[in-house]
Amino acid sequence: MSANTFETPLVADLSAPGADPALKDVRVGIVTFPGTLDDRDAARAIELAGGTAVRLWHADDDLQRVDAVVLPGGFSYGDYLRAGAISRFAPLMARIVDAAGDDGGLPVLGICNGFQILTEAHLLPGSMIRNDHLKFVCRDQRLRVENASTAWTGDFTAGQEIVVPLKNNDGQYVCDQVTLERLEAEGRVVFRYLGRNPNGSLNDIAGVTNARGNVVGLMPHPEHAVEPGFGPDSTGSGPVAKGDGTDGLGLFTSALNALVNGSSAGSATTDGGTRA
Amino acid sequence: MARIVVDVMPKPEILDPQGKAIVRALPHQGVTVFSGVRQGKRFELEVDGEVTDEILATAREAAETMLSNPVIEDVVNVSVIDDVEA
Repeated sequence: MSANTFETPLVADLSAPGADPALKDVRVGIVTFPGTLDDRDAARAIELAGGTAVRLWHADDDLQRVDAVVLPGGFSYGDYLRAGAISRFAPLMARIVDAAGDDGGLPVLGICNGFQILTEAHLLPGSMIRNDHLKFVCRDQRLRVENASTAWTGDFTAGQEIVVPLKNNDGQYVCDQVTLERLEAEGRVVFRYLGRNPNGSLNDIAGVTNARGNVVGLMPHPEHAVEPGFGPDSTGSGPVAKGDGTDGLGLFTSALNALVNGSSAGSATTDGGTRA
Repeated sequence: MARIVVDVMPKPEILDPQGKAIVRALPHQGVTVFSGVRQGKRFELEVDGEVTDEILATAREAAETMLSNPVIEDVVNVSVIDDVEA
């Protein structure tokens, strides 16, 4: 294991067969900001999905030739100013914005605080404000995958239900009415909350994508539902043995498979997905 | 030394959960005359020396690009206050 990959403790057997060996060549950068919490979980998710996680530091200026990037969750800069507002100006974010923009198409996944950073960086529309009930929410959350043609959802089917943990304070997705109508019309709502809306998000939106489909952000945490024994107690199909929910793995395998198979980042606008 | 004050408020159409919680809590203190509260932010930018038009313009730009998020907030005031004693 090279110096800049994450050491992965052997809770699970990461050498277990099954994963396509070609996936190992896919390098996914995991960015750590001051106050990031879930970078190791995100790296582990990439490794469990069969890829290679590459440690990236926010203050560096080099993406180290990664094929995709995950902005993990946490409380970068203590959520000072606004969640994600200071991280957005990190040197590495300028590289990511260039690489993920219209000319680049680099697959980027922002989870929770990573989603907030992507909206502050204007890679994704809208913003997150305080949960409408003002309480921190931590629970297993059922979602519907609305768009299965993004760079991070190709292994799902549109309309599929998944369960992953949700844990945040500033999770209420808001945007203006024109943006909301455009997101719905273009199938750019990628994930929607099912059951009670946990934070007041408009139209139960849990995750969105950019027009090209390569940048995806979501508030819940797929990286915490990738390993049997350490995930939710249920999946989209129903209850499972305690902790055995691994529905989150699909996001990471989606990106790896899309990169290995050479398919483009996917288009949010052609398939549309289903709507509530 | 002078200071530039920047006031930022949540956009009128954006729900302000914190303001809502405050207006609900005020009656516990016997305060019942306020029908609504909205919570914003005040920034004080310190300047060594005089505030030129250029510095004020820079403050306005910083207010629009970093101190506020135009998706959810409005910059409602950028003004200079001179300290009585520095």
